[in-house]
Amino acid sequence: MVRYMTEIYGNPSSVHAFGRMARKGVEEARESVAALIGASPGEIIFTSGGTEADNLAIKGIAESLSHKGKHIVTSKVEHHAVLHTCEYLEKKGFSVTYLPVDKYGSVSASDVEAALRDDTILVSVMMANNEVGTIQPIAEIVQVAKSRGVLVHTDAVQAVGAVRIDVEELGVDLLSLSGHKIYGPKGVGALYVRKGVKILPVAHGGGHERGKRAGTENVPGIVGLGKAAELAKEEMDSSSEKIKHLRDKLIEGILSRIEHSRLNGHPTNRLPNNVNVSIEYVEGEAMLLSLDQQGVAASSGSACTSGSLEPSHVLTAMGLSHEVAHGSLRMTLGRQNTEEDVDYVLSVLPPIVERLRNMSPLGKRG
Amino acid sequence: MYSEKVMEHFTNPRNVGEIKDPDGIGQVGNPVCGDLMKMTIKVEDGRLVDIKFQTFGCGAAIATSSIVTEMVKGKTLEEALKVTNRTVAEALGGLPPAKMHCSNLAADALHRAINDYLSRKGGSGDGQDQSAGGHERGS
Repeated sequence: MVRYMTEIYGNPSSVHAFGRMARKGVEEARESVAALIGASPGEIIFTSGGTEADNLAIKGIAESLSHKGKHIVTSKVEHHAVLHTCEYLEKKGFSVTYLPVDKYGSVSASDVEAALRDDTILVSVMMANNEVGTIQPIAEIVQVAKSRGVLVHTDAVQAVGAVRIDVEELGVDLLSLSGHKIYGPKGVGALYVRKGVKILPVAHGGGHERGKRAGTENVPGIVGLGKAAELAKEEMDSSSEKIKHLRDKLIEGILSRIEHSRLNGHPTNRLPNNVNVSIEYVEGEAMLLSLDQQGVAASSGSACTSGSLEPSHVLTAMGLSHEVAHGSLRMTLGRQNTEEDVDYVLSVLPPIVERLRNMSPLGKRG
Repeated sequence: MYSEKVMEHFTNPRNVGEIKDPDGIGQVGNPVCGDLMKMTIKVEDGRLVDIKFQTFGCGAAIATSSIVTEMVKGKTLEEALKVTNRTVAEALGGLPPAKMHCSNLAADALHRAINDYLSRKGGSGDGQDQSAGGHERGS
């Protein structure tokens, strides 16, 4: 990446040698990203990240197909990049069906089928949930949508690099991904758009990215994303197995050491790197602060961490009570984590929970 | 996001627990909202000789509970009633805007405990305001 901020500083749209070198870097990255998901390079549009990719996919299809219909099907557990885009489109005259999920956070293909209408133009369901790690049955959803001629978008920001993805096998028409979820740089991502699927741009300007995304390319970011995609493809299988083992050890360790704790999300059909538990009678943010003091970075679906008064929309859609959602704790494992890291968390978390429970008027239940 | 003072009170909270046979009890919030505070007080000659808290909630909820007990312990009831959620937040060096309303209930819990004491002392049906603070949130 650094070379593309110094010696290869050219604008990839320029004709001169510096520009051509930058163009070469961008196009090689496009090939690497395409290869990671089984796409052709011409089907990859670089964006500023997963959020922009989701916006471009949904608004791009909505605008392109509004003459055919104005109905979109999505789920209640999508990332806000999808949910808020859909809510925006509702204000613009589109109608949106937000599908419910079961207690594991799974969307059912039959619910998708039942929601399809004659004026449905797009189904957008995430590949894997960012909070609870549940992997959605995208191939089945594609099948029911395809039988009605409806396009399918999937936000695969959490799944790319964590599980093997082949857009041909899945059959999706659009797929969003992000650099920093595959150990690449922040501020860069991509949208896969199947050849022949027409989207209208959200940003207008020059003819960059085949007219789908105007603006001079973030060359260092794109090159970094390309390299990350290349490494993800090479290392995914071996690192996934290792991370999955650590995940299960951490989940089992927490559930066995802490009374009144439970797993959120699907027990097996989940991302290899995701741990999400609810620890009752403790508030999530208080746990995060305590863990942070011990050098452990975690997050929570508690209202206190969201800046609003509502706990996580994902956990509540799964049927968790507010009390239990407030006590949720998410930890994400990565390539660099070790057995020792898991042991360390398992040694510091129970005393944190005990301290907070002892402080609570809800009683000493632990 | 939190001041050092908030983190200090969160890490080493003062006066945690529950007084046995308290002279007054004040509880605010509810677990559905993510915050629940309970204050118990002991009063002698019009002074708060002891105060303890129990809180289920975020860092701000715990820190505000802790500092309010420190601020009023040994004070007269009149002095204690002058403590407000705002002065509690100020004593902590400020709170993030999102926390000012939702987790800053400690003074309400204190006022409620004092009012509980006053109504017990004055006998029932004294007309003492039980809802001082008026901060309780529904869900």
